Amino acid sequence: MNQTPSEFDSRLSTRHRNSKLFELFCLTAVLTSLIILAVLLLSVIYKSWGWVDLDFLRNHHSRKPEDAGINAAFWGSFWLIILTALFSIPIGVGAALYLEEYARKNKFTTFIQVNLANLAGVPSIVYGILGLTVFVRMFDMFRAEEDTVLTISLFVTQLSIPLPFGTTLISGALTLSLLILPVVIISSQESLRSVPPSLRHASLALGATEWQTVRSQVLPAAIPGIATGVILSLSRAIGETAPLLMVGAASFITFTPGGIEGIGDVIANPASLLEVPFSKYTCMPMQIYNWVKFAKIEFQEYVASAGIVILLGVLLLMNATAVYIRMRFQNKIQW
Amino acid sequence: MEQPDTGEITSTTSSASSEKRQSLVSGSNLNRAQPTDENARTMIDVNHVNFYYGDVQALFDVSLSVPEKSVMALIGPSGCGKSTFLRTLNRMNDIIEGTRLEGSIRLEDQDIYAPAIDVVALRSRVGMVFQKSTPFPKSIFDNIAFGPRIAGTTSRKKLKDIVEVSLKQAALWDEVKDRLNDSAMALSGGQQQRLCIARTLATNPEVILMDEPASALDPASTARIEDLIFELRKQYTIVIVTHNMQQAARVSQYTAFFYQGRLIEVGQTQELFTNPSEKQTEDYITGRFG
Ligand SMILES: Nc1ncnc2c1ncn2[C@@H]1O[C@H](COP(=O)(O)OP(=O)(O)O)[C@@H](O)[C@H]1O
Ligand SMILES: [Mg+2]
Repeated sequence: MNQTPSEFDSRLSTRHRNSKLFELFCLTAVLTSLIILAVLLLSVIYKSWGWVDLDFLRNHHSRKPEDAGINAAFWGSFWLIILTALFSIPIGVGAALYLEEYARKNKFTTFIQVNLANLAGVPSIVYGILGLTVFVRMFDMFRAEEDTVLTISLFVTQLSIPLPFGTTLISGALTLSLLILPVVIISSQESLRSVPPSLRHASLALGATEWQTVRSQVLPAAIPGIATGVILSLSRAIGETAPLLMVGAASFITFTPGGIEGIGDVIANPASLLEVPFSKYTCMPMQIYNWVKFAKIEFQEYVASAGIVILLGVLLLMNATAVYIRMRFQNKIQW
Repeated sequence: MEQPDTGEITSTTSSASSEKRQSLVSGSNLNRAQPTDENARTMIDVNHVNFYYGDVQALFDVSLSVPEKSVMALIGPSGCGKSTFLRTLNRMNDIIEGTRLEGSIRLEDQDIYAPAIDVVALRSRVGMVFQKSTPFPKSIFDNIAFGPRIAGTTSRKKLKDIVEVSLKQAALWDEVKDRLNDSAMALSGGQQQRLCIARTLATNPEVILMDEPASALDPASTARIEDLIFELRKQYTIVIVTHNMQQAARVSQYTAFFYQGRLIEVGQTQELFTNPSEKQTEDYITGRFG
């Protein structure tokens, strides 16, 4: 420290200036993205004004723009997400638990880890092609003209599984599950890793088995993080179009999977739930995509915008749930 | 009590300097903790233990025995292997990848490293209290009831009894009896540590291992923990790591001095503090190093 005070002072003002400049830069970055988002939202909402109403939710697609609705696509997306969650949560969380809690660190697990990160970066269209081969066509193992159906009796009703799955909800959901699994696994691993090791040690030292430790200590502590990751992945899946284009979400469908349009339908006919996974379907992003391709300007502009508003609404709801879970549990568990 | 023969030691510590080997031999043979009471049984019997983290050896030919219902303090400069040694006694080191143990450790008449031994069962016999208190982010009741529950106790009545008895034993009952359903995270540091002791007692162990249980606590809380150890030693065999020499002198009947992974000297606490037989021990307890 052999500078004179004045030298130090002059440097100080430069440092302050740089600091201010950087702050300004960050602020500009934030504002730019906010403005773009706002313009997008406002234009969509403006165009959809008067088009989003109960009829829009209740109606299926129609050739007349004023009669067109998003009903079939909404329920298609709903079931896609439910089925995707059913497939991806147990597999994803199970894999994360295995990798974090059980697997020894060796070349093999490192290999898996690196490739998980790679898989998370694979373009979604590639998953679509995979889904087409594996689920929709099942490697052409079954002859299409024969209509192979696997029938399983369940109590009073029966479950009919078409083989191959064809362009049904289950193919779409399995494809989306593959798509989000890497992210689900990685984010679950991160939440498991954030559970302090001392908690595991304390549990093991009390004579708990690995499984008891995982179930009673590690999982409860990690669940908020896992749930957040899962919901965010699912809300990515709900907006996906490319892979579903490949596995054949149909363009124009005028029925809902299993004929279900609310909880009342399920209560009236619970067996309809069994039809859902093997039903043809469309989904919201597909429906919007198709509307935009229409020649009629009303479809391109207004109906599509109305669809986007509904899709964004669902997305917002899911993300808000994720934030809520995170906040709620953050207050409950402190280390 | 079986005395190790010196020939074996020479072969297992061939890397040690001859001077060290000499002191080690005398340390493990002449100063083995002898029960004060002729009838006291040996609870833990450690024979020629070498311990490795991967390729790094952390314990060198450690042999000692701990009599039943007594307190043995482990002292020594930090990094000398006290915690490592403590963790070999309930096989908590098994959790760390790449660790390896040579030699044998017997709990009563069982070799705890024998293939037939179930570590889960072992750890409910040999409880452990950590340096940093680690309450589970659950209620006080659920913290204590965790051990009995995982062992299969489901009766609410039984669990209540266990929780009450354990908390009383750990001298915490009066402070928390009205808020058993509150989060354990809300307790003070000293209370949390006594909660962890109570939690260990609830599994009905025979041995309790404590790794610097009071090092993060204020003097008043430390005194309470020490009083507690004094009470517990009537019923339990306790091995406690401490960096506080006064604490070792106050709570333990036996003291073992570790230095650089070797057991330098072990004996009755009073004897070791007033008349250490090794130069290194003397240097350490008089504060010349460590
Ligand atoms: N998990 C571990 N992995 C590798 N080396 C370790 C580990 N824990 C402790 N050691 C090493 O073993 C030696 C003894 O450590 P430790 O038993 O913690 O000493 P103490 O408790 O006496 O301070 C130290 O050299 C330490 O670096
Ligand atoms: Mg230590």
